[in-house]
Amino acid sequence: MSSVVGNVVKVGMADLKLAKPPQTIRTSGLGSCVGIIMYDDRLRISGMAHIMLPDSTFARSGQLNRAKYADTAITDLLENLLEQGASKYRMKAKIAGGAQMFKFSSSNEATRIGPRNVEAVKRILADANVPIMFEDVGGNSGRTIEFDPESSVLEIRTVNKGVIQA
Amino acid sequence: MKDLSDIRLEHLDILKEIGNIGAGNAATALSQMLNKTIDMKVPAVKVVPFNEISNLVGGEEVVVAAIFLRIKGDAPGNMFFMLPVDEASRLVQQLVGDSTIDFSEEPINEMGASALNEVGNILAGSYLSALSDFTKLNMQPTPPDLAIDMTMAILSFGLVELSQAGDFAIVIDTEINELGEDETIQSKGHFFLLPDPESLIRIFHSLGVPLDE
Repeated sequence: MSSVVGNVVKVGMADLKLAKPPQTIRTSGLGSCVGIIMYDDRLRISGMAHIMLPDSTFARSGQLNRAKYADTAITDLLENLLEQGASKYRMKAKIAGGAQMFKFSSSNEATRIGPRNVEAVKRILADANVPIMFEDVGGNSGRTIEFDPESSVLEIRTVNKGVIQA
Repeated sequence: MKDLSDIRLEHLDILKEIGNIGAGNAATALSQMLNKTIDMKVPAVKVVPFNEISNLVGGEEVVVAAIFLRIKGDAPGNMFFMLPVDEASRLVQQLVGDSTIDFSEEPINEMGASALNEVGNILAGSYLSALSDFTKLNMQPTPPDLAIDMTMAILSFGLVELSQAGDFAIVIDTEINELGEDETIQSKGHFFLLPDPESLIRIFHSLGVPLDE
């Protein structure tokens, strides 16, 4: 699968990639999933993960896709960035997603997956001592996000609420 | 449990056949409701990796009106009825007789949303009753819920259950075509059936083609 279009690195669902200038890195259509960006703003290197589930210990199948779970994805993001020379002490994060796409759905536990993902991501980042510089989480809207490691600006687009930059 | 990778072409063909029967039922129901010729068919049943699933509906960020229903009973799963947002507005305008309904505007027109939910309900009900007749499994839809948003944001929600067992989905994709006087296609929708992993095993078992052979 071609994952780089022009200078945009595309991160799919349950996927994790790194980017540095002149590249930007984006993921499309975050619903209950959470997009996690980690970056070192001095080295201008960044990584993004698009996680679906809070915890890898719930995995039922043999082969684990580590980018699918908040815990393993954050561990890998951090490791990959450190390997590229990033400093653990300069590491920062921005997060977006975790919406409840269907508001009135019955008591199905799956409908709460968005908030659960957000809680897990925040807890794991806190445990790793990575500060969250910006978050746009929850609500009922899908999001498309793009991060520019040059400026550390995250752009978030939703269907009805336009674009925000942070 | 058995892995979905045990699925063979034969299994997909059977799912396609069941899908077509369900689609036939649903098309009849919808045709009667709208007093128009609605044609539904299952072009393919596919095993699709998550990162390619949005290609089925024309891109990750296309805005759709989607009705979600959870299937309860012997073979749980998720169901989506998806229409491009303009098509959904047009459909409901005809149904309710109110040409001001526009789903691309917030807040969503309540009467319109309720009508669209009802369409989803009828479609799902007729689809599922065909499925359960065929498989002798008990399947019932939960009340429908509507969202208007990016395709991928909506679909990914329906994949959460599946994602705990693997990185791909069995997608029973149904094309919904509204035919004009001269048999031309006027609108296009998708009907997705995403059975939970255990449900597939149960469905195949009850059809006499178990997965573990």
